Order: sequence, then C-alpha cells, then structure tokens
Amino acid sequence: MGTEARRKERLDRGVKVRTEKLYAVSGWQEITYLVLPRLALILGLLILPLVMPSMYWQKVLCSMGVFALLAIAFDFLAHYVGLVCLGGALFTGVGAYISGLLSSSTGLSPALTIPIATLGGGLICTLLLLPCLPLRGVYFAIVTIIYPLAIVRILTALNIWGGTEGISALATFPNIWVEVYLILGMVLIVLFALRRLVNEDYGLVLRGIKDNDQAVRASGINVTFYKAQAVFITAAIGCFCGAYLSCLYGWCGLSLFALDFSILPIAATVMGGLGTLVGPLLGACILTPLSEVLRAIGTWRIVIYCVVLLSFIVFKPEGLMNWIQRKYHQFEHWEKI
Amino acid sequence: MEVFIYGLARGSTLALMAVGFSFAYGVSRLPNFAHGAFYILAGFATWVFAQSLGLNYVLSIAISLVLLAAIGAAMYRFILIRVRGMEVSEIIASYALGVAILEALRCKFVGTGFSTPVFIEGTIKVAGVPIDLQRVVIIAGGVVVIGLIWAFTHYTRLGLSLRGIAQDERAALMLGIDSDRAATIALAIGSALAALAAVIILPVGSITVNEGYDVLISALAVCIIGGLGSWTGTILAAFILGFAGTLTATYIGTMWESVVVVAAIILVLLLKPSGLFGRQKEFEERV
Repeated sequence: MGTEARRKERLDRGVKVRTEKLYAVSGWQEITYLVLPRLALILGLLILPLVMPSMYWQKVLCSMGVFALLAIAFDFLAHYVGLVCLGGALFTGVGAYISGLLSSSTGLSPALTIPIATLGGGLICTLLLLPCLPLRGVYFAIVTIIYPLAIVRILTALNIWGGTEGISALATFPNIWVEVYLILGMVLIVLFALRRLVNEDYGLVLRGIKDNDQAVRASGINVTFYKAQAVFITAAIGCFCGAYLSCLYGWCGLSLFALDFSILPIAATVMGGLGTLVGPLLGACILTPLSEVLRAIGTWRIVIYCVVLLSFIVFKPEGLMNWIQRKYHQFEHWEKI
Repeated sequence: MEVFIYGLARGSTLALMAVGFSFAYGVSRLPNFAHGAFYILAGFATWVFAQSLGLNYVLSIAISLVLLAAIGAAMYRFILIRVRGMEVSEIIASYALGVAILEALRCKFVGTGFSTPVFIEGTIKVAGVPIDLQRVVIIAGGVVVIGLIWAFTHYTRLGLSLRGIAQDERAALMLGIDSDRAATIALAIGSALAALAAVIILPVGSITVNEGYDVLISALAVCIIGGLGSWTGTILAAFILGFAGTLTATYIGTMWESVVVVAAIILVLLLKPSGLFGRQKEFEERV
C-alpha cells in the first residue's frame, strides 16, 4: 500500500435522486429507471415456467417458489421485527397437516383446504409461539428450534395421523400450470404486499419494536400484540407453503417438519441480503436449483447450505441484493486521501 | 426410591449438558447454538481416536477435549467476532455451524453401533435399586465439574475477570479486561465442557447424530428454565427437569418426556420469563 491511501467514494446517481421526488415521471429515462427492475422481476417470474425444458424443472420451480416464500417471510420477521425464527419447518408442517387432515377426512378440494390451512395454521402457530413474544433476546429463536423437533417426536410416539408413514392419496392440483403459477403468483403478491407493509406506518412500528421496544411501549403501543401480528403473517405464509406442498405431492408427513424448511430459507435470506425482501427470492432462485443438481449427494446438501450461509455472514454480510442495488443506484470511484 | 436415583442421574446428565452453554452465554452473551454439535463431535472424536487410531482411552479423551476447546475458540475468532452484537447474525451463524457439523457427521458415520467404553464396568445396588457404575460416574462427574467451575470463577484471576465481564462489561473494560479475549476463553471452556459432558455421558448409550439436536434442546430448556446465564438456576433446573422427566417416564410413558420439556419451558416463560434465578434481569428481558 505504501503511504498513499485510497478510499472508495460512492455517490448517488442523478437519476436516482430525481426519481425519489416529484420528477419521477418527468421523462422516459426516469420512468424506465423506476419500472425496469420491477417489471423485469415480474415478467421474469411469469415467463420462467414457459421456458423450462421439462416437467421436472417446472416442479423444481414450484419448490423454488415455496422456499422463496419461506425466505421472504423469514426476512420480514428477522429484519423488520427482530425475531429470528430457526424453525420455519414448524409452519410448513402445521400447514401441511391441517390441509392434509381436512382433505383426507372431508375430501375438500385444495381450493378450500389451502386457505383454511393458511389462516388456521397461522393462528395455531401464533398461539404456540405466544408465550415467548413478550420477551426480547434469544428466547424466540430457542423456542422455534424446539417446536418442530418436539412435534416430530410426539407424532412418532403417538402414531396418530399416519405416524411415520404420513397421510397419502390427498387431493392434488388439476395440472402443472395451476401448480406453478399459484406459487409464483403468491410469491409476487407476498413480496410486493410485504414491501408495501414495511414502508407504511405499521412497518415503522415493527421496526421501532426491533430497534427500541421501550420507546414503542412508551408511545402506548402494545408491543406483544404487534409482534403477534407479525408472527401471524409469517406463520400464515409458512402454512400456505406447507398446505401447498401437501397438495403438490398429494401426501403429507413428518418430512414436512424437516430441517430443510428451516435452514434453506435462512441460507437464501443471508445470501440474498437481509432486509431487502427481494434478496431472499434471489437467494432461493440460486439455492434451490443448486440443491436439485446436488440431490445425488443427499444430506451433504444441508452442509453446503450451512457453509454458504457461514461464508456469506463472514465475508459478505450485506448479501447479493444490497450489492446489486448499490451498483444500480450509485457511482463508485477510488479517491486519494 | 428408584425414581429418586434415576432422577438424580438424569439431573446430573442434564446439568453436564447445559453447563457449557450456560457458561459461554453467561460470560459473553453469545448463544452457542452449535453446543449440541460440539457434544456429538466430541463423542465421535473420542471414538475415532480410541477405536480407529487405537490410542489410549484416557489420551483420546484428553485430545478431544483440547480439540473441542480449540474449535470453540476458533468459532469465536473467525466467525462470531465479526457479527458480535448483531443478535440475528450471532444466532444464525452459530446454528449454521452446528447444523453443518451435525449433518456432515451424519454423512460420515452411517448407522449405529458407535459407542465409547464405560469407565467402570458393573452395577451396584443403592438402597435396593441397581444402578450401573457409569451413572454413578455421571453423578460424581456432575458434582466435580460444577465444583471446579465454581472454584475457577471464584478463586482464579482469569475466572474472576470472566465474571467481571459477565456482570458489567463496560466497567470490566475500564479495568483492562479484554472482552474479546474473555469471550474466546469462555467459548473455549464452554465447548470443552460440552466435550467433557459427552465423554462422561455417551458411554451409557450409543453415539447418534440426532442426539446432537436433543442435547441442544435439553441444554436450551435447562437454561431457559433456570434463567439464561445463571449458575444456580442452571443446576436447579437440570434437577427439576431430570426428576420431572423420570416421573413422566415412569408413571405416564416415555413418549411424553418431550412434551414435559416443552410444557415446562412455556410455563416458565409465561410465569417467570427470566427463569427461576434470573431475577435482576427481569426488566431487561421483558418488554
């Protein structure tokens, strides 16, 4: 290095500054700058199923959608409310079992079982997690680790609801297009809805809870109630994924409480960038096909997710999406000090 | 009487499992979610040294203790130090490391039948109840370990400085205690304690990867119930859970044990969130 020191200076692009204000629609350049990333995302996701070479890869796309949803929900809860959920599998499992039990006992179609499982499962999971919500710190993370493992143990021991075999021959979706577009549409809806939500006053309260809960409490806001609402949103998304999976496979069983549903979304979120909400989607788009390619090596997959996760935390904590956004919005150049 | 003795053994087991986690968390406020993985890793390391490499049993135990201490210190030095203070990342990073270790072990050691030999063969009868000597070793080991930790934190310079960090980090920093060094030592000791628990407890059963998750859960449950970072609480909670588990297993059924753990956690969180002995931190932890 020598005596000459350099630093990287970053400046916002002119077009970014303009589009934040009133001039956003002053010309095609500004409009394109604003709309292009969003349009590319939406169209990209909608076209993706059409260009997939085979049915197999369309199925992969379905599971990618599931992991993307779980990752977006994890990101919402971790970054905006400050609750780290290490057991996303609790949500998928509960959703899958509700939808599976409804379907096998009453023969309802997925069009009914999925919404019921989403709302009912969200409610159940929120109630299960309610005791640790008035506390700050690591309690939430600890309790969420325990639940999926304990539930698997209880279901195995009691041998109810199919025991280790699971419940099979459930109602499935009519065709592949419904399957793939349902989940991708849901990803887009959840993504944009949550992004809107966290920028409203509601999101401000949630972020306040994360940063300084005493201040929020001093403003006369019930912190626990808000946390419970946020957990409900996350749990409902997770339960939707579970119910969707049980309808996709026509089967629900203990493997829906498996570690994959807890770890992969976390890895995808850390890889994509905490707090961006789009980042987790990007992470899931990279990790899920990767895990399909690596299917042959079995459990080593989970090791690989964890290594990816650790290396991103250690070497690139901001994640991919924050990096991309910086490149999009700012100039960078080296400057002598 | 039977319940009492088995409860005592199980309580010591839980106390041994939890004491490492509690130690690391108490000193550095770092939740080591890789605790269960370290426990199982120590078991397999001892097995490899003793069975595959044919080393002396005592020597291989010593090597794996040192190895795990080094891994714990390395985890802090290379991973956790970068995310210290960012709670979300601390939890994610340590849990990811734990899962990586456990799942890698699952691929490497397929099947069952991995077990380390017991220290002393045979059983004795205590008040008419037969109990194998290894369980007596566990009870004794629990008492000795807890006594040693107590002596270490009360009578050595290093232990006192660790307690200083745990009580008031700023004041300790002003008195020249290096917080990073303390955290490294705390994690090294915590991991070595996990390894020690493993070598004492594992001869009773066999070494399986799923045990790692169970140990993590038990340790976390004990720490929550006793109050995170509290010594007395940890030990008391271990025996409460131990007796509760034994009672459930004897009178209701083995499968309800995990229900008891979950129910105990939820009950404690609802009634006394900072645990049985976490009194002075109640305000900090409750919103």
